[in-house]
Amino acid sequence: MIHVESLTKKFGALTAVDSLTLDVAEGEVFGFLGPNGAGKTTTVRMLTCLIAPTDGRATIGGLTVGRDDHAIRARVGILTETPGMYDRLSAEKNLTIFAKLYGVKDVAGQVDKYLRMLGLWERRGDEAGSFSKGMRQKLAIARALLHEPKILFLDEPTSGLDPEAAKLVRDFIAELKSEGRTIFLCTHNLDEADRLCGRIGIFRTRLLTVDTPANLRRRLYGRKVVFHMKRLDPAWAEAARALPFVKEAQAVDSRLIVGLDEPEEQNPILVRRLVELGAEVQFVGELRHSLEDIYLNFIRQETGNGE
Amino acid sequence: MERILTIIDKEWAEVFKNRIVLFTVGFMPLMFTLMPLAILFFSRNSDMSGDVADLPPSFRAACGEMSAGACMQVFLVNQFLLLFMMMPLIIPVAIAAYSIVGEKTTRSLEPLLATPITTIELLTAKSLAAAIPAILATWICFAVFVIAAPIVGAAPPVVASLFNPMWSLAVFVAGPLMAIMAVNFAVIVSSRVTDPRTAEQTSAVIIVPLLGLVFGQLAGVIVLNAQLMLVVISLLVLADVGLIYLGARLFQREAILTKWK
Ligand SMILES: Nc1ncnc2c1ncn2[C@@H]1O[C@H](COP(=O)(O)OP(=O)(O)O)[C@@H](O)[C@H]1O
Ligand SMILES: [Mg+2]
Repeated sequence: MIHVESLTKKFGALTAVDSLTLDVAEGEVFGFLGPNGAGKTTTVRMLTCLIAPTDGRATIGGLTVGRDDHAIRARVGILTETPGMYDRLSAEKNLTIFAKLYGVKDVAGQVDKYLRMLGLWERRGDEAGSFSKGMRQKLAIARALLHEPKILFLDEPTSGLDPEAAKLVRDFIAELKSEGRTIFLCTHNLDEADRLCGRIGIFRTRLLTVDTPANLRRRLYGRKVVFHMKRLDPAWAEAARALPFVKEAQAVDSRLIVGLDEPEEQNPILVRRLVELGAEVQFVGELRHSLEDIYLNFIRQETGNGE
Repeated sequence: MERILTIIDKEWAEVFKNRIVLFTVGFMPLMFTLMPLAILFFSRNSDMSGDVADLPPSFRAACGEMSAGACMQVFLVNQFLLLFMMMPLIIPVAIAAYSIVGEKTTRSLEPLLATPITTIELLTAKSLAAAIPAILATWICFAVFVIAAPIVGAAPPVVASLFNPMWSLAVFVAGPLMAIMAVNFAVIVSSRVTDPRTAEQTSAVIIVPLLGLVFGQLAGVIVLNAQLMLVVISLLVLADVGLIYLGARLFQREAILTKWK
């Protein structure tokens, strides 16, 4: 649905986006993860035909950026970084204006539908300026959906929201995903990317890597298993290390953390050995690295190489 | 066309909730209509042969056979109608400044530019939204003035002078051209500043050429007549073409999002 090839944007001497290449499949939620100033907004602006790339090419739903701009704008939905509402106009009026600009056939019907869906129906007559940040964001999401776009660009949809509002917005994005829309989600919230996205691209001016959240974890750290014991004898870590398939073993408090290639086959053997040595095993589980570790690792590597 | 109407409707719904804009659009026409009427009223019977001597000789010559009092009234009305022509300059500037700088500060331009509206449509809509109220106000006030002038005691030659080609050209041709010029000037200024008041005040320099005419006539350097008005109109057409070109060049998606301050 989204195909990007060597896309580059320069602002004078500054390269904001450097030769970005990626593909997003139909129905996929793609997480575009990067720190502030990484060039996420710039990328979204290029892909929604708001600014022109300096170099490279991109197609959106088969339409070419730079040639079919008008058609692309009509077909995609965008949640801009700042909601940019007309504060003196009512929520309903705000949506009506955009429904008309997008050429929606049943203007009133679509406006009603999304006001209700996002829980703004009761306040539809109130000025948008009187809304809380969370409600403005919901209104902005409604605005992006009025013309039922198959492809959605969401630029940091939960940044600046309180946890409750952020959760509502996230749940709504999950719902959009289940409707089969293709979503390009910019975020610097790792948890959000982890929960919503099928694949994540870690990006800072250049695309550092793309993979599923699970693969990102595995690639960077291998697989690890944690054994929770009632009491831990440091000698057991020694014993575990002595097994040929154990890559590493570490004692941390009352837990033993073991690096394995195939825990499915190797865990039972390890458990048996530990029990033989007198260990009382309470739980066995796979250690999940937080995405944050992975992300920081990539960003750090990048900074290390670049500077 | 549908999209242009949508934007005009939105502009009016929004901008007329702004007190400063409302004041400009409401109060100015009132003032520029009532003041000359009041002057006509108070000067209706006075013998002004003495004062007429103070009129610029060129203007006195233009009065021809008129009585001294009537000549004086025509002169006053001429001055006031020139001030009257400030309306098609000031009103669009106020509306455009608030509409464009306002959208800049609330960052509502980006979602708007993400819709399938062309920048020409958007600029046209914003220009019309600013120019139409100004043109209507000018015409309505002129109509009120023409109807009320005899009632408050203007001499028949004075009333007749309101119907001469010069004023028809001024109100019906120069007025709309001035409104268009003011809008595009305000668009250009608005792209450079971040505060609507600054935009409005800076754009207001557009009245300087008009003030030049007012003082030129007071000083007797020029006499406004149909020929001069045609020259003015030609200059306005040139200014409009130039300013529309510059305004349209600035009003591009990329420029708005990346170069405007
Ligand atoms: N209009 C512009 N002119 C110059 N530099 C810009 C402009 N817009 C963005 N940049 C720069 O490009 C880089 C990427 O910005 P942006 O795309 O907003 O990042 P993000 O959305 O990831 O925070 C930043 O260094 C920013 O300062
Ligand atoms: Mg951004």
